[in-house]
Amino acid sequence: MTVYGTTLRSRLMLGTALYPSPALLADAIKASGAEVVTVSLRRESGAERAGQGFWSMIRDLGVRVLPNTAGCHGVKEAVTTAQMAREVFQTNWIKLEVIGEDDTLQPDVFGLVEAARILADEGFAVFPYTTDDLVVAERLLEAGCEVLMPWGAPIGSGKGLNNPFALRALRAHFPEVPLVVDAGIGLPSHAAAAMELGYDAILLNTAVAKAGDPVAMAKSFAMAVEAGRLAYDAGPMEPRDMAEPSTPVIGKAFLP
Amino acid sequence: MKAAVVGSGVAGLACAVELVEHGVAVEVFERAGGIGGDACSWYAGGMLAPWCERENAEEAVVVHGVEAIGWWEKHTGGVTRQGSLVVAPARDTGELKRFSARTTGFEWIDEGRISLLEPDLHGRFRKALYFADEAHLDPRLGLEALRQTLSDRGVVFHFDQDVQPETVEADVVFDCRGLAAREAHGDLRGVKGEMLLIRSKDVALQRPVRLVHPRIPLYIVPRGDGLFMVGATMIESDERGRITARSMVELLNGAYAIHPAFGEAEIIEIGTDVRPAFPDNLPRIRRRGRVVHMNGLYRHGFLLAPAAARMAARLVTDPSFVPEFMDEDQRQRTTA
Repeated sequence: MTVYGTTLRSRLMLGTALYPSPALLADAIKASGAEVVTVSLRRESGAERAGQGFWSMIRDLGVRVLPNTAGCHGVKEAVTTAQMAREVFQTNWIKLEVIGEDDTLQPDVFGLVEAARILADEGFAVFPYTTDDLVVAERLLEAGCEVLMPWGAPIGSGKGLNNPFALRALRAHFPEVPLVVDAGIGLPSHAAAAMELGYDAILLNTAVAKAGDPVAMAKSFAMAVEAGRLAYDAGPMEPRDMAEPSTPVIGKAFLP
Repeated sequence: MKAAVVGSGVAGLACAVELVEHGVAVEVFERAGGIGGDACSWYAGGMLAPWCERENAEEAVVVHGVEAIGWWEKHTGGVTRQGSLVVAPARDTGELKRFSARTTGFEWIDEGRISLLEPDLHGRFRKALYFADEAHLDPRLGLEALRQTLSDRGVVFHFDQDVQPETVEADVVFDCRGLAAREAHGDLRGVKGEMLLIRSKDVALQRPVRLVHPRIPLYIVPRGDGLFMVGATMIESDERGRITARSMVELLNGAYAIHPAFGEAEIIEIGTDVRPAFPDNLPRIRRRGRVVHMNGLYRHGFLLAPAAARMAARLVTDPSFVPEFMDEDQRQRTTA
């Protein structure tokens, strides 16, 4: 897949929060084959950008960093965090999160569009974390986004694809736009299901970080994402109501 | 043999105690004016909860943490063996199941048992995990007790002495400075923690209570006389001495979720500091010349300091001994 002119081989992106230790995080990223990892800046930055230790460890992993604005609740906050991220990580990529509701961590889509417009105008490559709303998606593209990241379910919920209908509609509506399911994925089968819908990639964090064995789970997700994409490319069969024997019986000499 | 210990947080004090007990003459150097003045262990929870910690830590934390309970009892006499309780808000009982799948040494208990153990939690939680063999102590009293033990045995403390371990005159120097020793380790980082001390006369607890929650894992430890420690955040940051409004809200919300009466508690103290940690969040013992580094106790200072100190002390008294927490030296040895 190609986003903002960069071609990625892996269709799995990982978050870096909640791991038992940075060592396990590094091993999980390796096992996942992910080329892009997201990093939050908001909480770690403090007064003197005191998160440097962790950030430099992430930079040393040799993967592309997609800084995020997790925890930002307003446009101004998100824009400032994005500007700081550009400086810290020397990248114009930003995963834009503007949280609108604390219980579901649902995006504030109005603030999101506004922040996306400001950041795109400043030359950022914006990866917006959004809902599965078609109209919002239109607005984000108009604002200058070249990729969309709709949720599967609320962040950290592990519920999978809450609304496959809406996700399918989004895919059908924007056949050329890279679409990434971001948030809500709990199981590899959820990731595979999203890929089977034709999504370009999956971004997840908790499902791997909080697994009993994060490294094995990372590998499992890598396989599921690959399987889902392969299935999509292979052209899945259409489901039907009546049985259709896979071995024709007409013309057979004997019926069992 | 004459040894010096630099740093008098939980690592340094435990190390000094073990050295004395291995028959080594020790003196202690500390940059602050007294015990705990500049040590992150001053803000510790004081839970001796190896089985609970396994939820998010390596097996080594259980293996070496278990001996801490007896060690602290022997050296301070101030350990409370009442186990610990793990609870979850009704809508997060899935998190409790997840916690139970990661840990051992507990039993599931129902409302009735919860009320028997902690009458003030009556009716608040339907289910809990009870880790009967765990214990807790007041970390500040614990550190002070170690200092007293050491003074009684003739160990001299040099306070207000910010010394570099390499320059201290001794046969062997133990660098137990925590994050202040960062320049000696390329892979040491800080993990910020924030805690509160609150006082409430409305709630009494016998043991630490952990609230599992997907976003804010939190514990509350009774310190007696209506005093409770509420902790602790875990933020990948080196920043010292500042609590954010969000952390404060989360800590207080957690306490409130355990018992609404904490809403009326008095805030006694706000504590923040930075824990030293290596990439796998396990401690390290590293020997370079006559300096032995003992560092990276992370959030397990009181739990792992006894084992780490025992290993460090044995390292210099028994030439054939290779501590489990030794990494680079062991690698060098095996590749040599």
